[in-house]
Amino acid sequence: MISTELLVNITAAAALFGLMAYGVFGGADFGGGVWDLFAAGPRRKEQRLAIQKAMGPVWEANHVWLIFVVVVLFTCFPRAYSKLAIALFVPFHLALVGIMLRGASFVFRSYQSQQAEEAAETSLWGIVFGVASIISPVLLGAAFGVVTEGLIRVKNGEVQAQPWFWLTPYAIANGLLALTTCAYLAAVYLTNETKGELREDFRWRAILAGTGTAALALLVLALAWFEARWFVDRMLSPQALPVVIAGLVCFAASAWAVFNRHFILSRLFAAAEICMLILGWGLAQHPFLVYPDLTFAATAAPRATLYFLVLTLPVGALLLLPSLFYLFRVFKS
Amino acid sequence: MDSLTAARWQMTVSLAFHMVYAAVGIGLPLLLVMVEGMYLRTGQEHYKRLAKKWSKVIGLLFAVGAVSGTALSLELGLLWPAYMEIMGAVVGHIFGLEGYAFFLEAIFIGIYLYAWDKITPVAHWLSGMVIATTGMLSGIFVLGVNAWMQQPVGFEMADGVVTVTDPIAIFKQPLWFYMAWHSTLACYLSVAFAVAGWYAYLALKGRNDAYVRSALVAAMLLGGVCAFLQPLSGDLLAKFVFKTQPVKFAAMEGQFKTETSAPLRIGGWPDEQARETKYAIEVPGGLSYLATGDSQAEVPGLDKFPQSDWPNVELTHLAFQIMVGSGSALMFVSAWFWIAWLRYRENVLSGRWLMRALCVVAPLGFIGLEAGWMVTELGRQPWVIQGLMRTKDAVTPVAGVQGMFIAFTLLYALLTVTVIVLLRKLTYSGTEIEKPAK
Repeated sequence: MISTELLVNITAAAALFGLMAYGVFGGADFGGGVWDLFAAGPRRKEQRLAIQKAMGPVWEANHVWLIFVVVVLFTCFPRAYSKLAIALFVPFHLALVGIMLRGASFVFRSYQSQQAEEAAETSLWGIVFGVASIISPVLLGAAFGVVTEGLIRVKNGEVQAQPWFWLTPYAIANGLLALTTCAYLAAVYLTNETKGELREDFRWRAILAGTGTAALALLVLALAWFEARWFVDRMLSPQALPVVIAGLVCFAASAWAVFNRHFILSRLFAAAEICMLILGWGLAQHPFLVYPDLTFAATAAPRATLYFLVLTLPVGALLLLPSLFYLFRVFKS
Repeated sequence: MDSLTAARWQMTVSLAFHMVYAAVGIGLPLLLVMVEGMYLRTGQEHYKRLAKKWSKVIGLLFAVGAVSGTALSLELGLLWPAYMEIMGAVVGHIFGLEGYAFFLEAIFIGIYLYAWDKITPVAHWLSGMVIATTGMLSGIFVLGVNAWMQQPVGFEMADGVVTVTDPIAIFKQPLWFYMAWHSTLACYLSVAFAVAGWYAYLALKGRNDAYVRSALVAAMLLGGVCAFLQPLSGDLLAKFVFKTQPVKFAAMEGQFKTETSAPLRIGGWPDEQARETKYAIEVPGGLSYLATGDSQAEVPGLDKFPQSDWPNVELTHLAFQIMVGSGSALMFVSAWFWIAWLRYRENVLSGRWLMRALCVVAPLGFIGLEAGWMVTELGRQPWVIQGLMRTKDAVTPVAGVQGMFIAFTLLYALLTVTVIVLLRKLTYSGTEIEKPAK
């Protein structure tokens, strides 16, 4: 008989796993949109074509990870989810506008034009796609920031929050960090899908975004020292610190690999970096879903619901993982 | 406009919009595997050209459906957090199953759209089969949650918190089964008649080649079968609603007074003040017979229930009439088409009145789908979870819902206009119109 505590932890881990996958796949999608918007230089069109080719078949599947996370959260931790929905009403709504616009404009742009070549020209839908690809990760990153900052307070079941309380320097820095991380990830992936000078274009973009990511990470850390000290302490605690260090090492390794043109290695390390840092974040948060008032255990759904969801995980994995593997093998090999 | 009204309108706009794309994602893949299967069997090129053309349509509409569906999965919680707290704990896992199905659909749609030349024809057709199956399953799972909102089962509560759940209870809920059949057929009908209408239009323009013929026959095959199954599923569903949601049933039928030998009202306008449905064509004993199988039986009217528990009777009745009317028209045109086909075969495309009729009924599948959804959802009001939570108690306490409603409405309007423009563009490219008439 599995204990309820274990069920809570397994479902929390499932949500965290979904978040990692969303970071690794969906994050790169956002980054692709960023580089589409900032396509520049003599190979501007080629850059956009490479991004379109890389994203076209996979972006819809990549974004289902977000739905997965949301569904696990509202099924297993409904009383925390409802509080998040109230507190983050504005940023989530705006992020949704971004997610809708970017997906729609991505297809609109390619349907607007007769040939793929034409879709790589600068166009209105192209700009919408790029701008929306910036807005959504910034807002989702800021939401992360608000949660770690401990700004969402719940008293007697009521959420104490003003509509714009989430616009703090720390949250915005988190948002920008999410954006540069997405851009870094996308650029690194794209070096793996291009050749020659085009590859060099993306290599330079990776170096640029990587530098920005490192700088913003320092800024977030500095701000956290003042705004979210509890979180810094948790990150430095034995349960999270090894994973956080592993994440930073992976980041350094992927940067080194980009610099020295070991592109396959850089992709591997960049993906590992995202996973490790999100895992580290999760370990630091645990047992809080939303610090300081909502813990996983106290907001969990009844045992039977958790149990059912846990039972579906291997079935889902058995169906999804081979399908995902097939999808990426067809298009990414 | 207060928060509740704004939130309800945002939900209405979002769902009405998404439903069209969801139906396309369920229905069009089935038509696709039909024509692509014919291509694999016969090797005739025009089947492949049809499949390629329709897959372009699906590529556009599925993307819009995917993003609007993502939006909905979050909007539910953002607008109705109190509802989400209960729904998530009790039937959130059904959304989990929907998530798996939709995930598979998204994966294989990528393969289907982009791998025509990368995988074998049979593997490609099979990925189409996966899309058709998982699309249907996603819809059915969402209906499971909706069925639960109509008739909540499988949980105990204390102090407003769900304390015990039975995740299996919803699977034993007969309403889910009835709703799943009815709505899945409605999605097929919507797509089939929209497609048939378009090719009938081309036939009216003088086309009568294998391409147009095959498209029309495939669509009418699916549409015809579903048009005749739909009244059966509707009858089963209505009988069940009669037993379990008598207020909704009375509103649907405009039945104000409790009476024996209740008449079936066709059309008419329910007057809530006067408490009677005016101007309807009445079939004596018809409603009693349809609800119970006995034309003498008593049908509880709205007068049995306090007015605070009534839904909007005008809209519920009107939507119900529109749905039934649409379905009947589709059944009539299907019968006409297939009788004509048996007699005239290919020449059926020259039958101008039949082709005109198909053009006229082309939107009726979608109209019926939307109207049917309004019957279910408006008829459940004032409850969001029948008998347990009123819609007004579920709405978010956050200020600013109105702004989001306006922003989202504008966004959906923009997407709608663009999709129409791009669909028009698709019809002018390639095989649809350029090819001269034979």
